[in-house]
Amino acid sequence: MSPWATKGMLSRVKTTHYPDRIDSSDGMTPGRPSDTALRNNVINFGCPTSAIEETASGVSVDFRRCVHCFHCARPADVALPWTTDYEWAKKINTTNSPWKENRLAFRHSISVLVVDSGDCGACLSELKQLSKPYYNFHRLGYFVTPTPRHADVLLVVGPVTDNMRLPLLRAYEGIPEPRKVVAIGACALMGGVFGPSFTSSAGVADLIPVNVEVAGCPPPPAAILHALNVATGRDQHTSEFEAKPTGLDHVGQ
Amino acid sequence: MQIHNAIAHLTQHLVDRMGEKISSVSADESRGEFVINCTFSSLPEICGALFNNLHYSFATMIVEESLPIRYIFYGDGIVVHVLTTMSERDRTLPSLTGQFHAADWHEREAEDLWGINFKGHPRLGEFVLHEEWPDGVNPMRPSFDGHKPYPHRQIDSRWQPATILQAEGSFLMPIGPIFSDFAESAHFLLETVGEDVLHTIPRFFYKYRGVEKIAENKSVSDVLLLAERFAGTSAFAHSLAFCHAVERLCSISVPWRATALRIFLAELERIRHHVAGIAGICSSTGLAVATSQMSVLEEELLRLTCTLTGHRYFFGMNVIGGLPQDISDDAVKSAVMRLSQIVGELNLLFDMLKVSGSFLDRIEEVGIVTEEKARSLGLVGPIARASGVPIDLRTSLPYGGYATAPQLSVPQESEGDGYARLRVLMQEIESSGTIISRITAKMPDGPVKAGAIRFVSGSALGWSEAPLGASFHWIRIDKNGTVLRYRITPPSFTNWLGFHAAAENFAFQDFPIIMATFGLSNAECDR
Repeated sequence: MSPWATKGMLSRVKTTHYPDRIDSSDGMTPGRPSDTALRNNVINFGCPTSAIEETASGVSVDFRRCVHCFHCARPADVALPWTTDYEWAKKINTTNSPWKENRLAFRHSISVLVVDSGDCGACLSELKQLSKPYYNFHRLGYFVTPTPRHADVLLVVGPVTDNMRLPLLRAYEGIPEPRKVVAIGACALMGGVFGPSFTSSAGVADLIPVNVEVAGCPPPPAAILHALNVATGRDQHTSEFEAKPTGLDHVGQ
Repeated sequence: MQIHNAIAHLTQHLVDRMGEKISSVSADESRGEFVINCTFSSLPEICGALFNNLHYSFATMIVEESLPIRYIFYGDGIVVHVLTTMSERDRTLPSLTGQFHAADWHEREAEDLWGINFKGHPRLGEFVLHEEWPDGVNPMRPSFDGHKPYPHRQIDSRWQPATILQAEGSFLMPIGPIFSDFAESAHFLLETVGEDVLHTIPRFFYKYRGVEKIAENKSVSDVLLLAERFAGTSAFAHSLAFCHAVERLCSISVPWRATALRIFLAELERIRHHVAGIAGICSSTGLAVATSQMSVLEEELLRLTCTLTGHRYFFGMNVIGGLPQDISDDAVKSAVMRLSQIVGELNLLFDMLKVSGSFLDRIEEVGIVTEEKARSLGLVGPIARASGVPIDLRTSLPYGGYATAPQLSVPQESEGDGYARLRVLMQEIESSGTIISRITAKMPDGPVKAGAIRFVSGSALGWSEAPLGASFHWIRIDKNGTVLRYRITPPSFTNWLGFHAAAENFAFQDFPIIMATFGLSNAECDR
C-alpha cells in the first residue's frame, strides 16, 4: 500500500464535533468583546472603528464593526469582558432582502461559490480550513464549486473593491434561485478598515442583498460553518443535536 | 565597519566616477543611509550603475507631490536613496525599465496613480485602475478625494489585453478573476496554440483597496491597523516593518524583551505561512493525504498562535515601541515545546514527500526561473533563494535584533524550479525553528514597550523579511503623528513581476503547480 494511504489511516481523527456539540478547544476562536454594565475608562481610549458606544446601561459593542485590534482588551485598566464563543452568524431581514426560509430547497448537499472581493487573505485562509480535516464541511454536505451556475450559496469576503464590483455582480446574477448570500468578515459587513473609500464600498450589502452576516476579523472557521448552517436553515436545533449526534462527523477524513 | 566600507566603496565606484552628474551626496553612517541627489537626465545612468554594476537591489520608488522622487536601493548593509526632481509642467521622467526590469511595475503604477509619464517605458497604460476608470484620473494626487466613492462610469469597451502571440489557431484562454475553490481574485490570460501555453499575461489589482491613499491624514496607530490588515496572512511581518519605520524616525528604542519576542513571533508566522504554502503545493499536484496532513498542522499552528497571542493571525500584536502586552516565559516555553513537536511531524512528512515519485515528477523542472532572470527582475524571498540569489533582509540588511541574533543560515538552492522552491520552504521552516529555540532559550527580562512616544516630523524606511520576501514600508509623518505619505512595497508585488518568466512554454496542467510553488498573495500585491 502507498505510504501516504497508510499515513492517512494511521492518523487520529481530528475533525471537530461542532455543530453536533460545541467544541471549545484552545485557539479555535479569537473571541470577541461583549457588552458590559461597567463603564470603566472604555470611552476614553477610543475604538478605531467606533464599535464601542456608551449607553444608558453601560457600554455596548457593535460587533459588526469590530476588527479585533484588541485596543479594548489588552490594557488591564480598560479591558472589556471577552467571550470565547464563535456562533456569530446573524440572519438579515430587511425590506431589501427579506428573510425567506427555504429549508426544503437547501435540505440536500449544498454547492458553495466563494468570491474574493478584496479580502486580505485571512478570511480566505479561514474558509480554506473548512475543507480541511479539522472542520471538514464536506461531512455536512457542503462542497465548493467554481461556477455560479452550480452554486446554492454565495460566500463573499472582502469590502468589494471597485475592480471586483462587476465580477461579483455577474457571479451573483449567474446563481439560480433560490440562493443565499453570506457576507463574511468585518470588511464584507461594513468595509472594515478599508471602506467606504474611492475604491472600496461599505460592504457587500451596498451591491447585492445579503441574507446572512458573520462578523469577525477574520471570523474563525467554526463561525463560518455556523453561518452556512444558518443560511441553509440547519442551525436551529443545536441543542437537540447534542443528544442525537448524526454519526457522520468522522466520515471524509 | 561593514557600513563604513560600503559607503567608502560606493563613493569610490559611483560618486567619483559619475562626477558632475551627481549634484550632491550625503552619508549617515549611524543609520546606514546614503543619499544621492541628481538631475533627472542622469538618473538612468546612476541607477543603472547601482543595480547592474554594483549589484545593489532595488527596493522601491516613492512619489510625493511637489517633493523629489525617491528611488531606494539596498545592499552591503546600507540603504541608498537616489533623489531627483521632475519638472512639474510636463510630469515626465526617464524610464528605468530599460536599465533593469525591477523598476517596471513601479513605473506603471506611478503612471496610473500619479499621472507621471515615463519616457522610454515599453508599456504604460491600464495597470492598477481597470477599464471603468477614465484616463487622466490619478487617485494618488492630493486633488483627488479618496474618502468618497468614485462615481461609476461607462465601461471602456475598447479594452483588450496586449497579446504577443500572432500565430494561426492561437487563442487566449482566460482564467479568473473568479476561479477555483478558494483562490484570490486575479486574472490570467494564457496565450496558447492548443496544448502548450506559450505566454501568460497576468492582470492584477482586482483587489486594489488604495491603502496608500486612505492612510493619508490618519494617525500612526490607525495606519498600523491598515499595515496589519492589507495582507492578513503575513500581518505580523508587515506591521513589524511599519513599526520599524516609525521607531527609526522617532528614535524609539525597543526594549530587548520585545525585540526577542518579535523575532519569535515573526518566525512563528513564517513557519505557519510556509506550511500553508506547502499544503498548497501538495494540493496542486493532487496529493490529497499530504494536503490534509499539512493543513492539520497549519490549523494547529493557527491555534497555537491564538493561544499565545489571542488572535489566530497575530492581529494587534505590534504597537509602536514594542508589544502591547507581555507573553509569560511559561507560555513561551510551552509554545516552543508544542512547536518543536509540530516541526518534528513536518520533517517526517517532508521525508515522505522527497521520495514520492509521482509528486516529484510534477514539480521538478516546472516553472524554472534562472538566476540571471531572478536578478534582473529583482526577485526576493524564497523564490529568489531557490534560483540561487541569496537575498534575505535578515542577513543582508539586519533589523530589529537579527544583527545580534544567533547566526542564521539562509537556505539556498540553484535550480530555480518548483522543487527547488519547495526545498527552500522546507529548509526555512527548519531554520526558523532553530532561531526560535535559540532566541527563547534565554529570554531577556524587562518591559515589552518603550515609554512615552514623541513623534518627529520627517520620513523613514522600515523593512522586514516577510514570509514571502522583502517588505518595505516608507512613511512621512508630521510632528503630531499624522501620516502624510505611506508607501508599501510588499514581496508579492516584487515577485509577481517575475511570474511570467516562470509561466512560459508549459503544458496547461502545470499552471496550478507553477502558481502554488510561487505561492504569492494578491492581497499583498494589490494593497
